[in-house]
Amino acid sequence: MLKFTDKGIYCKQADLYIDPWKPVKNAIITHGHSDHARSGMNNYLCHTETMPILRLRLGADINVQSLPYNQEISINGVKISLHPAGHIIGSAQVRLEYKGEIWVVSGDYKLIPDGLSVPFEPVKCHHFITESTFGLPIYNFPSTEEVYASINQWWKQNAAEGFNSVIIAYALGKSQSILHHLDQEIGDIFLHGAVANVNNAFNENGHNFPGTWVSPEMDRKAIKGAMIVTPSSALSTPWIRKFSPSRAALCSGWMQLRGARRRSGVDRGFVLSDHCDWSQLNEAVLATGAENIYVTHGYQTTYAKWLCDRYQLNAIEIKTQFEPATGDLD
Amino acid sequence: MKAFTALFTAIDQTTKTNQKVQAMVDYFTHAEEEDKIFAVSILIGNKPKRPVKTSELKEWAAELAELPMWLYEESYHIVGDLAEAIALMLPDPDKEQHVSLRENLEFLSELTDLPLEVKKARIIEYWMSAEVQERFVFNKLITGNFRMGVSKQLVIKALAKYLEQEQTSIAHQLMGKWDPYAETMDSMFAGETHLDKNYLPYPFFLAYPLDTDPATLGDIDNWYIERKLDGIRGQIIVRNEELFVWSRGEELLTDKFPEFNSLQTSLPNGTVLDGEIIPWRDGSPLPFQIMQTRIGRKNISPKYLKEAPLVMVCFDILEYNGVDLRARPLSERREILNEVIAKHTENKLLLSEAMDFKAWEEVGKFRRNARDFNCEGLMLKRKTSEYETGRRRGNWWKWKTEPMTVDGVLLYAQSGHGRRANLFTDYTFAVWDGDVLVPFAKAYSGLTDKEINVLDNWIKRNTIDKFGPVRSVKPEYVFEIAFEGINSSPRHKSGVALRFPRILRWRKDKSVKDANTKNDLLQLLEAVNS
Ligand SMILES: [Zn+2]
Ligand SMILES: [Zn+2]
Repeated sequence: MLKFTDKGIYCKQADLYIDPWKPVKNAIITHGHSDHARSGMNNYLCHTETMPILRLRLGADINVQSLPYNQEISINGVKISLHPAGHIIGSAQVRLEYKGEIWVVSGDYKLIPDGLSVPFEPVKCHHFITESTFGLPIYNFPSTEEVYASINQWWKQNAAEGFNSVIIAYALGKSQSILHHLDQEIGDIFLHGAVANVNNAFNENGHNFPGTWVSPEMDRKAIKGAMIVTPSSALSTPWIRKFSPSRAALCSGWMQLRGARRRSGVDRGFVLSDHCDWSQLNEAVLATGAENIYVTHGYQTTYAKWLCDRYQLNAIEIKTQFEPATGDLD
Repeated sequence: MKAFTALFTAIDQTTKTNQKVQAMVDYFTHAEEEDKIFAVSILIGNKPKRPVKTSELKEWAAELAELPMWLYEESYHIVGDLAEAIALMLPDPDKEQHVSLRENLEFLSELTDLPLEVKKARIIEYWMSAEVQERFVFNKLITGNFRMGVSKQLVIKALAKYLEQEQTSIAHQLMGKWDPYAETMDSMFAGETHLDKNYLPYPFFLAYPLDTDPATLGDIDNWYIERKLDGIRGQIIVRNEELFVWSRGEELLTDKFPEFNSLQTSLPNGTVLDGEIIPWRDGSPLPFQIMQTRIGRKNISPKYLKEAPLVMVCFDILEYNGVDLRARPLSERREILNEVIAKHTENKLLLSEAMDFKAWEEVGKFRRNARDFNCEGLMLKRKTSEYETGRRRGNWWKWKTEPMTVDGVLLYAQSGHGRRANLFTDYTFAVWDGDVLVPFAKAYSGLTDKEINVLDNWIKRNTIDKFGPVRSVKPEYVFEIAFEGINSSPRHKSGVALRFPRILRWRKDKSVKDANTKNDLLQLLEAVNS
């Protein structure tokens, strides 16, 4: 029912693409990250909580319809529904059913709850499309409580030693889960504009994320022992100097590897990811009961081979345009 | 092991030297007394013997993690570090256990002689009782490639702070070979008891590379300017009718250099000379390669002694008639040195000549042509300088000549290790031999992190072929490769072997056609040897 084309994953029967990377007529978007939500589509369909993000990032004038989780619509005989992916707020797996054949496009997902997004729900299907960003047995993420406790501990220690703490994280998703878990007793929280914009979009829809946007006029003397949350793009700008003396930490699944940690050049690396680690991936794939697995961006060759070898699944790798960039914060 | 693991982590997490020193001081303050001397030993770079083969470790780890070997190997290539790959892939621990550093090192040394099945059971038991980071440190100790990420100088600093002693005295006690099983912190550092260690050299004073215009050093008359020779820096010690020859790497090389044996009687007791040990014939030094083969040999034949006789070109005297001269100005020390060498008649000791320059421009000119004078640059030493310890800025500078360079084409790439795992950072470069590219140098340093990332990305998209971890890439980019020496080598396709090749810069302005040729290399070789 689905085909992998040079524009993205295509359903001919319903004439729609999922997360297409070139302009098409109809697009279902799994979530708001820029490698999934691109501009130029005539019609967008996404989860209710992703809508404000698409408007923020792709323009207020886009033609977008939204769906809550687990509500089925039908297009030319194809039953379509969205299901929680647990990746970020509003992230969805797309389930498509036609004449009894069921496909699930999972987009990005994780199994460990982050306390914010609706937790991942396995969906039974015949064909399952999965990413494999951390699809190697070296990736076994620590529990998130443990990580958040050490982030707060780090902040506290820095504040006591007269340093500001700068957390580098993806503006959409990771930043919000971190903000949600910061201990506000420790000090003030400041935000980069990119993070503040995403927060505003969410806050208008009933969320409540802490933190003050740091405007260019803001007096740096007011910032002491504080926590600053910013995407990596701000690191090479003068903006970041406002917070000196400061220590910086990167929050990413890549921080699991010592080499990546050291190469990143920051003071600390916290292993915190919105993707599945090795055991989560295996658990998720098996839970779908699918016989046919399509492995996309990440370690697709290796992970597909593992699924064939170990679980006798019909797993194939789908070549994407690029090899994974190792410094990716996603 | 928990405290030691925490120390490793603290050191590993920071690039700031004062934080590393503080981490060590904290460790020494809180660690078990019996562990400390073992920690010192490991911190300064001593490694336990490897009790098992790495291939065995790999197999056991893959088996325990229930992973096929091919997947283990793939993962290892991404991590780039065996100890880390194993630590990450093992299942979660199922029990807790507290082992001290000393116990752990004893455990490893006992392991060596046990039957394989017992080794396996013991190691698996350890793995299953430790968290990821402790496993990693444990694996590093087993595999014998453990590096703590601190220089000896920093360890000395931390010990001095913790023990409230002078750094020089700590440095002195730490020299040479010592056995942590036979020592305690007291026996090592309590002072008095170790006056009998008369075989020990003084900590070496090392010159800092000159990074400014020499004119900023002020009046040229305040400086001794000497040739920088390319031999082995060493100290010759005569005390109590005994002779010791130490290299800067703190290796005792007395047995390797029988030429110096007669100094035992010809130099007065209580003499310590500092200089460059170098093969020398007919009034000039022989190539470094001769020295290297010489040191690599177990037995030195009389023929070899004759072909490549060693001398020490002396530039300092640290002790004379049993008196420590290090706090005296260099000018005074040189006067004494002159006398000692003048009295010496066997031609085993030469004086490093202080050259006569009137202006810094002349010095610069000499440096540019240093290779014509059989040296690799100049040493600049302040006449009033004391003999300090370690590498320090200010009074002693080394000013090396510009390296030789060749433009080569990037041909192969391999992923790096440790900090650079998962990035292609080890490169092989080639020159033209007719219309074929032949490899001539491997280099893995010299690019900025940003350049490495760009190149890494390009390599991934322009791979022609994969051979295990090595990829051959489209010949497209040219790099300027610098090196210190060139020797003929029939084993290499290019016909030459280079010393210390490194990337000087990425020549984006050059196309593949502009790269140098094998013939260029051979001409360079001829020019150097003539
Ligand atoms: Zn995403
Ligand atoms: Zn993604």
